[in-house]
Amino acid sequence: MAHYEAPIRKPLVTGDKSYHDVSVDIARPVEGKANKQWWIVFSIALIAFLWGIGCIIYTISTGIGVWGLNRTVNWAWDITNFVWWVGIGHAGTLISAVLLLFRQKWRMAINRSAEAMTIFSVIQAGLFPIIHMGRPWLAYWVLPIPNQFGSLWVNFNSPLLWDVFAISTYLSVSLVFWWTGLLPDFAMIRDRAVKPFQKKIYSLLSFGWTGRAKDWQRFEEVSLVLAGLATPLVLSVHTIVSFDFATSVIPGWHTTIFPPYFVAGAIFSGFAMVNTLLIIMRKVCSLEDYITVQHIELMNIVIMITGSIVGCAYITELFIAWYSGVEYEQYAFLNRATGPYAWAYWAMMTCNVFSPQFMWSKKLRTSIMFSFFISIVVNIGMWFERFVIIVTSLHRDYLPSSWTMFSPTFVDIGIFIGTIGFFFVLFLLYSRTFPVIAQAEVKSILKASGSKYKKLRDSGKPLYEMPKGTVKKATPAPAVEGNKDEKVSALMDKLGSFNPETDTADELQKIKGVGPQMEQVLNQIGIFTFAQVSKMTKSEYDLLDSITEKFPGRAQRDDWAGQAKKLNNK
Amino acid sequence: MASKVIHAVYNDDDILMHAVKEVRAAHHHIEEVYTPFPVHGLDKAMGLADTRIAITSFMYGCLGLTVAIVMMNYIMIQDWPQDIGGKPSFSYLENMPAFVPIMFELTVFFAAHLMVITFYLRSRMWPFKKAENPDKRTTDDLFLMEVGVHGNEKELKDLLLNTGAIEVTVTEKDE
Repeated sequence: MAHYEAPIRKPLVTGDKSYHDVSVDIARPVEGKANKQWWIVFSIALIAFLWGIGCIIYTISTGIGVWGLNRTVNWAWDITNFVWWVGIGHAGTLISAVLLLFRQKWRMAINRSAEAMTIFSVIQAGLFPIIHMGRPWLAYWVLPIPNQFGSLWVNFNSPLLWDVFAISTYLSVSLVFWWTGLLPDFAMIRDRAVKPFQKKIYSLLSFGWTGRAKDWQRFEEVSLVLAGLATPLVLSVHTIVSFDFATSVIPGWHTTIFPPYFVAGAIFSGFAMVNTLLIIMRKVCSLEDYITVQHIELMNIVIMITGSIVGCAYITELFIAWYSGVEYEQYAFLNRATGPYAWAYWAMMTCNVFSPQFMWSKKLRTSIMFSFFISIVVNIGMWFERFVIIVTSLHRDYLPSSWTMFSPTFVDIGIFIGTIGFFFVLFLLYSRTFPVIAQAEVKSILKASGSKYKKLRDSGKPLYEMPKGTVKKATPAPAVEGNKDEKVSALMDKLGSFNPETDTADELQKIKGVGPQMEQVLNQIGIFTFAQVSKMTKSEYDLLDSITEKFPGRAQRDDWAGQAKKLNNK
Repeated sequence: MASKVIHAVYNDDDILMHAVKEVRAAHHHIEEVYTPFPVHGLDKAMGLADTRIAITSFMYGCLGLTVAIVMMNYIMIQDWPQDIGGKPSFSYLENMPAFVPIMFELTVFFAAHLMVITFYLRSRMWPFKKAENPDKRTTDDLFLMEVGVHGNEKELKDLLLNTGAIEVTVTEKDE
């Protein structure tokens, strides 16, 4: 098993953590008590949530007339909020699925929380269409079920129905993906728990996870297949959301660029929300060693790239509107940029296209305060993007006599604030009861990417030590018994001696697994060249191990002979 | 049947991997290995067969696709054909493009959920299931190898200690 990683890569886990340290750090927020700040934030979120519930009850009991909608602008904040929340919900699966397929190790510190965010934000998104139905107790009518009205079925040609299938598939698949990853971590907390109640709850949540070799084998395969399924799924969801608009004939909506444009925007806003949440969480839960500045920097780069893609899409839209020669289309975009909603358009442009460009500067993208600030700006900008697309396209329709403006009522605002409250209530509860970092996965990369092991490797020390007292009581292998000198000469007989007058010494450190210390040891024995190392086989490795008594099995595992052969041929 | 097993506890994944190889080389049967995280290559070293769960997922996906096609053919073409937006429902093939999103979603839905359910059942995991790891520390930072004892307790114990086990205990296991 090779834990090798290029030394140029910065450690993903800092603070010299051992496996046990990881368990302790991840379990700490769950086992400890909530501090005052948590209670303050939780109370605020809860009040917002309750206000939202009040507004929802008022809407349902009175009718959607309590919203600011009118005859012309008949879709506004409800669908804006829906698309905004769905978009935010894209980063979680993107981080856990797409980055898993690309074998990006840095995802492991953030995937758990990003997936939690996905699930919580898709729940918020799902609320809006259901409330918008007016009679939410009939929400099951969107399902293709036989009913008492004869052969009346749902319309499978409608993007709104595709949305029903896409969002529910996305929510449920994300949920099982998340939960499956959580099982080993719940099991860790379960096995640490001392209070009977905690023990009971976490046994229930962990589904009796045991961690057999076969379970892990299946676990990894399931994760990989789920990632493979979730990747096209996450792209399909926002594609289908964009179809809600793109398949219509409204100027400003009727745009073929919408699917990729929406997906890029979703990733953009999702990463911004992940940054917002994690910058706070790493501080509150003291997880700075796991969610490092490097993680924040990488997310900022994703924000910068997707923000630029979104910017390209905005400009393409303008160009195509002009190039199409369709006056209605041209007017729609002219009106966006210069009409009564120009302030919203330019707010969107500033927040989404201009602000992420700061991230080209290394200094700014590694600044935590600045990253937090930009993440909030991007979230605001992406809300305005949806508002601009929806409201400015509707408020100037084909009939100038019905042109109007939209202004939200307190109910519109209340429901939106309420979903933000609900989202934070869920996320805050999650951060106190769930293992917020995929600790099992982090442990699996610790030897490759943890600072403790990177330091050991750089100084040529072994990554582990055989436990004292039990070490090599009766090592079976060494063919040559006796003292060290005899072993050395036996080894040198096989490998051939080094003549300093005719041969030149090679830089043995080029062999992976040989550090400065090991090179010294090898030189003391009399091994200086790749040619000598390349002659080593199992028996020589064992002999070497018995001489050095330091790195049992290391030489064989890293295949020094094979490496040396290649280096010698260069 | 109660059988005697030996539990060797290791504190490092590399030591465990060596131990697994050595124990197998000495022709002992490793009943089980419990680890706190996926140790890459352990399944190969133990000689476990590859998992076939990805294949089941593919079959579930095919099932989902079939369900989607049959359902929409019945609903949109057979049972109540409608002319929606000037696009009449003549045949499944002609109307298929509008059904692609649902066909895709149901394929993913079936493939993902049924695979996960299969995984949970095959690995015997469900709510209220009791965990079976013999030592609680195996979800934290220790690795436990379980080897069957067949009258060779002493020899096995020495071997396991030599492979770097920090604890070796013999226990009766109920099956």
